[in-house]
Amino acid sequence: MTALAALPVLLPILGAALAVVVSTSVLAQRILALTTLGSMVVVAAVLLVRADRSGPVVIALGGWAPPVGIALVADRLAALLLLVSTLVALAVLGYAISQRIADYGRRMASSTFYPTYLVLSAGVSLAYLSGDLFTLFVSFEIMLTASYVLLTRRTSVQTIRAGMTYVIVSLLSSLLFLTAVAMVYAATATVNLADLSERVDALPPGLRTVLALMFVVVFGIKAAMVPLHFWLPDSYPNAPAPVTALFAGLLTKVSFYAMVRTQTLLFPHDRPWTLMLWLAVATMLVGALGALAQNDLNRLLSFLLVSHIGFMLFGLAVFDARGLSGATLYAAHHITVLATLFLVGGLITRRTGTVALDRMGGLAATSPALAVLFAIPALTLAGLPPTAGFVAKLQLLQAGAGAGVGPTAVAAVVIAASFLTLFALTKVWVRAFWGRARPTVEDPDPHDELEVGTARTPWPMYAATAGLVAVSLAIAVFAGPLSAMTGRAGEDLIARVPYRVAVLGDADR
Amino acid sequence: MNPLTSSPDGDAAAPQPGEREQTPFESWDRPRSPWLLPGRCRTPRRRTLLLEMVTRGLFPTILVFSIYLLCAGHYGPGGGFSAGLVAGLAFVLRYLAGGSTDPGALVPIRPPVLMGLGLAIAVGTALAPVVAGEPVLSSTKLAVPLPGSGELEVVTSVFLDVGVYLLIVGVVLDLLRALGSGIERDMRAAGEEA
Repeated sequence: MTALAALPVLLPILGAALAVVVSTSVLAQRILALTTLGSMVVVAAVLLVRADRSGPVVIALGGWAPPVGIALVADRLAALLLLVSTLVALAVLGYAISQRIADYGRRMASSTFYPTYLVLSAGVSLAYLSGDLFTLFVSFEIMLTASYVLLTRRTSVQTIRAGMTYVIVSLLSSLLFLTAVAMVYAATATVNLADLSERVDALPPGLRTVLALMFVVVFGIKAAMVPLHFWLPDSYPNAPAPVTALFAGLLTKVSFYAMVRTQTLLFPHDRPWTLMLWLAVATMLVGALGALAQNDLNRLLSFLLVSHIGFMLFGLAVFDARGLSGATLYAAHHITVLATLFLVGGLITRRTGTVALDRMGGLAATSPALAVLFAIPALTLAGLPPTAGFVAKLQLLQAGAGAGVGPTAVAAVVIAASFLTLFALTKVWVRAFWGRARPTVEDPDPHDELEVGTARTPWPMYAATAGLVAVSLAIAVFAGPLSAMTGRAGEDLIARVPYRVAVLGDADR
Repeated sequence: MNPLTSSPDGDAAAPQPGEREQTPFESWDRPRSPWLLPGRCRTPRRRTLLLEMVTRGLFPTILVFSIYLLCAGHYGPGGGFSAGLVAGLAFVLRYLAGGSTDPGALVPIRPPVLMGLGLAIAVGTALAPVVAGEPVLSSTKLAVPLPGSGELEVVTSVFLDVGVYLLIVGVVLDLLRALGSGIERDMRAAGEEA
């Protein structure tokens, strides 16, 4: 039943198509979107179990065998991240539906939000599953085009300006991506990843380095790697909370996944990758220090997002099975926890009417539920035991300490960046949750997308956030089997052979 | 009152605001029956009769040609995308000739529904082979017997093309609705002459 691997892409596209058809009934759109994402979660879970038990699930579209045809490949890494991403997308959708009912009323129809949301999910799924470079490019375009719409619809001049930065930077990186794909094709006459993993080895070292760096830059821009991160803290905080949470949870991690996939398959290293170690150090420190300087809650979270991309880059830089295992686990945990924090940020803003930390106060007394919902993901992000963040970070540190002097030194930076994260989040806690309660700030623009400064928050918004908190707690509870599986995923990535055999068959090796 | 459907010397010939007096000469070559089906026509001075005349003849021809491209696409140049664009261009031509006539009103279906249906048909075509145990997106040839004249060979991927065709036509119509008549409406609302 290999068709299963195509369902995470086709289901949301079908859902989006039907949602456009029934665009006059917002109730039908909501039900469609929820059922689509719900069934995607089930499919992703089945894919993960199958990929772990009996190797990657591969489907050759149209029956054309790779490397000629297009293949969708769900191996352990792809299926795990797909499952976590769809879970997050489902929870964020629940939050968004509830918020839209509260703000616009039960009957307010929007013909664009749900279809666009589903198309974005389709793009994310395709990015995880695609087995060739060009399909990867297409999936990024699907994802980004949908994200342009979500970021800039029904907003003010200021958000359009922030959106412009995002659109231009994304288009630029897409252009570079396409150029890189064309260069790879010119050099090797194939774009199939499994096929490339053999042919790139035969290229001259200089050309290989150029191609590898092209992909580092392309995915570095999209994953907000320092020094290519500048667009993220300017654009993400301006969107409505559910959209920001979705972007923060999924988009950068998809790019990180693409970076891992291309670098491990195409440009393997025998020893730790020095350039990536430096980039990881810069990303961790710039992000964490930037977060300390912020007064805007969403900007602070955006900088923390950048900082923790560095943790994952560190796992990739170590370039052994344990490092990649840690990076995979870290990515899975990071997707949930960042989305949760941005949703909580949305709840806080909704209650206090502001994103400025110095105008909040006393939330722990006025809204204990909010305090709990913030505290758990905050501790998880900082990586305190016994949370999921600790488990993932421990794996990264062990991998770094066992891989020589350079990685060990960077492991120390990981610990420093974790403390800086904890410090930044403590600052949020002290400013927003402790102290005396401050009056609610009036909504500066009552007619725009964001409704703030209202105590009218329906319970499903809390429930959706709590669901995400539960997912990150579940990652901590099942840390044993999960890290065993990411360990196997890391070994697959380093060995490269399982992927090749699964896609191309083992006829000639 | 529609100036095109009324008699040439009826009260529809009353000058539009900002229009000079209508001379008999201008009313002679005004068509007696609607060539297009405009809901609201531009003022007579802003019309291009030649274009309207040509469009009247071209519109059905272009649509038939787009169907030809759709069917020929599997073996020759064409396919759902280009056929859809050609059909969409027929509507663009009609919009250019008809002015603020809303092309959306000419198609008895809302453009988003057309897009959604097209996309759903395409995805359905992709998933249909799974029922028969074939890989996703695979296609096969169906032989449809025609009475008296042998059989017609249909490649199933034509259904994907039909989906793409509807999608593209829907997109073009939606663009016309948003960027054409939508902007004209906004300009009228702002007091400018569209």
